[in-house]
Amino acid sequence: MKNKAMIEFKNVTFKYNSQSEPTLKHVSLTIDQGEKVLIVGPSGSGKSTLGNLINGIIPENIKGEIQGTILVNGHDVKDMSIFDQSLNVSSMLQDSNDQFVGLTVAEDIAFGMENDCTDNVTMRKKVKAWSDYLHIHQLLKQSPNSLSGGQKQRTSLAGVLVDESPILLLDEPLAALDPAAGLRSIQLLDDIHKHLRNTVIIIEHRIEEVLTQDVDRVVLMDDGKIVGSFTPDNLLKRDILKNYGLRNPLYLDALKLAGVDFNSLSNIDSVNLVNGNHVNDKLHQLNLNQATKRLNQSTDPILKINDLSFAYNHHPIFKHLNLTIYKGDMISLVGKNGVGKSTLSKLIAGFIKPNHGKIIFNHRNLSNLSIKERADHIGYIMQDPDKMISQVMIRDEIALGLKLRHYPKSQIDAKVKQALKVCKLYEFRNWPVSALSYGQKKRLTIASILVLNPELLILDEPTAGQDYYHYNEIMQFLRKLNQERHLTMIFITHDMYLMTEYSNRTIVLGNQNIMKDAAPEKVLNDDQLLLASHLRKTSLSILAKRFHIDPIKLTNTLITKERENDNGQ
Amino acid sequence: MDNNIFGYDHNNTWVHQLTGTSKLLFFILVSIIAMISYDVRFITLVLILSLIILYQSQIKWSQVRLIVKLILIFACLNLITVYIFSPGHGAYLYGTQHIILHLGYFTLTKEQLFYELNLALKYLVTVPISLVFLITTNPSEFSSSLNHIGVSYRLSYAVSLALRYIPDVQRDYQEISMAQQARGYELSKKGKFMTRIKGVSQILIPLILSSLDKIQVISQAMELRRFGKNKKRTWYMARKFSRNDYLTIVLAILIVLLGVWFMKIDGGRFFNPFK
Repeated sequence: MKNKAMIEFKNVTFKYNSQSEPTLKHVSLTIDQGEKVLIVGPSGSGKSTLGNLINGIIPENIKGEIQGTILVNGHDVKDMSIFDQSLNVSSMLQDSNDQFVGLTVAEDIAFGMENDCTDNVTMRKKVKAWSDYLHIHQLLKQSPNSLSGGQKQRTSLAGVLVDESPILLLDEPLAALDPAAGLRSIQLLDDIHKHLRNTVIIIEHRIEEVLTQDVDRVVLMDDGKIVGSFTPDNLLKRDILKNYGLRNPLYLDALKLAGVDFNSLSNIDSVNLVNGNHVNDKLHQLNLNQATKRLNQSTDPILKINDLSFAYNHHPIFKHLNLTIYKGDMISLVGKNGVGKSTLSKLIAGFIKPNHGKIIFNHRNLSNLSIKERADHIGYIMQDPDKMISQVMIRDEIALGLKLRHYPKSQIDAKVKQALKVCKLYEFRNWPVSALSYGQKKRLTIASILVLNPELLILDEPTAGQDYYHYNEIMQFLRKLNQERHLTMIFITHDMYLMTEYSNRTIVLGNQNIMKDAAPEKVLNDDQLLLASHLRKTSLSILAKRFHIDPIKLTNTLITKERENDNGQ
Repeated sequence: MDNNIFGYDHNNTWVHQLTGTSKLLFFILVSIIAMISYDVRFITLVLILSLIILYQSQIKWSQVRLIVKLILIFACLNLITVYIFSPGHGAYLYGTQHIILHLGYFTLTKEQLFYELNLALKYLVTVPISLVFLITTNPSEFSSSLNHIGVSYRLSYAVSLALRYIPDVQRDYQEISMAQQARGYELSKKGKFMTRIKGVSQILIPLILSSLDKIQVISQAMELRRFGKNKKRTWYMARKFSRNDYLTIVLAILIVLLGVWFMKIDGGRFFNPFK
């Protein structure tokens, strides 16, 4: 029996008023009642626009021109206000911090009901029921600032699930979560879908993680059009994700490298079940690399942290922490949310002062240097480029640090030009900042720090929220800087593959100290450590263990291969 | 500390148990009448009453020390300025002149002293009531209280949103400030005063831009949950009026009436002991 259609797009073309070209072009799509659909596509493919058309933010909040028909739960959206539509579609926006409007968890859950003029008795009953279901009942009186990313997301979920609307729409639910919380979030969504039998639409580019649970259909978008609608099995067998700037599940990359024909595979969408006739043989025939060539040979310390202690509001973050970083290191700094990754970076950059201990940079004690003085040696790149950029024009933004250090104009021009070229922004040099894409803005912030000639660069989640194409672009750029300029780097990351592919050393923070300081592969294969630090195994190591191959070697082999491909490009 | 810029302290005295609405009404009514009246007897009475309430609500001196000291300093400054600018205002108001000290322009009169005593009391009388209101009212109840006394709910909710987002904006400010310092604005004590001012102004641009982005997202999130759909809304944190709430409001009205009655027998806002 065919289910009723919940969402129907009939030849929809949509153009934002602020843009000259349509963002969606002739989109036709039907999603049935009870279906769980994953919408994927590179940045700018129109997937968020599609979501905003479903929940009514377009055209109510963001204006534009719609052609074609959109039916949600049988009603034409033209005849519905955003309020009517919100009773059909529960939507969760990308950043759950910004949709948290209540002063406490309970108030936030009740927010929609308050607006419907629900009486207090019913509100309290429903808040209790949903908070019990989502296991946040102990948090009801807490304020948003005291919650973890996962808890905030559960609160947001409860706040929209109380509506009991037939459709649940989630825009990048994994964006702000650490790997373990992300995994639990996907499990929770699956549980909700099975429990409520509602229609669930997930917009996300972290395909591998979403596919750890059942998905009925994957809709692939590119350039405002729908490329196709596939079962996960069918999509993965076609092996087309990379053509659209998306990341393949890692275990499939390994199988491909081993020369396995995807069409011969069963359960291709699960790393725990995937199998086929020749998988075992082919994997074992793989010529595995012994070690990677990326070990840093330098024994020349650039930064030394001695017996560092730091407490925030009498709440200890670090106790007696010691660390030495060598010239040319590419370090990934990992650990669960709130463990102090950003705090450690800020301590190094001098944004905050330690309660005890010394930080020595190139044999020089940094204690008495101001933020400005430290910035001559240590560059800190924040996650959100908008928070760093203060000038209108690109050239001025890059020149700012030099101007404030009173360099002569001729030197400023020369250095800016060089930084523009290194960061591939030279053609935009006379543009305003606002014309840049997110990835370009990121490069701009790096350029404006590079002109100061720092010897150490700290990057807070350099690739967060980026699709695979832009992820590669940024990371390869950083690696080039590391190799060519011998720039030492520390990046804070949640991405386990980024960690393995791009760093030579991983520092896992936890228990107010360093839990582990080792090669990334070693960290990834320490199950207990992963569990304690909210990290997650890559599917690559799961595959390796299943077929009794050395996971470290397999990872290295794949990385070497990918690096050869990158360099060949 | 979260959302606690007003210093709300969780406790369970009868003052805490009152709804925000009745406390807000009491605060507004009593403050207004105490501001209007210049009858020292009436104001002293209200001051004693509000001190009793302050004592009953178990607020500790350490919680209010700073703010009380600040208020006292400003009140003293104000009284001195009043004396400097119009030392003869008391005599003018009360129509008589009992000179204590001959000092030319600054001639000190009993009338002036009495007038300034009244002013001082008026400053003091509002302090305990406002402290009690701020410290014993859960911030979550502010908005619903405002809405209940007739402020539109959109405006009332803005109070909640401000409380919710102030810590976020503070954090953004700090982060942006650090990023700007790293670029070379010397905001530490090592920098010159003008450089520091200029540096701070540079923080504002990214802060405003990122706040505007945030406002857009928040307003979308609110509309997606039907904020603004109806003319009214209910409040999760609103509580039913208890007997004490009604008594509080009745008490406030009685105080207002008493103030009016004093004005009647004084024949105006001023009580004149010099006649």
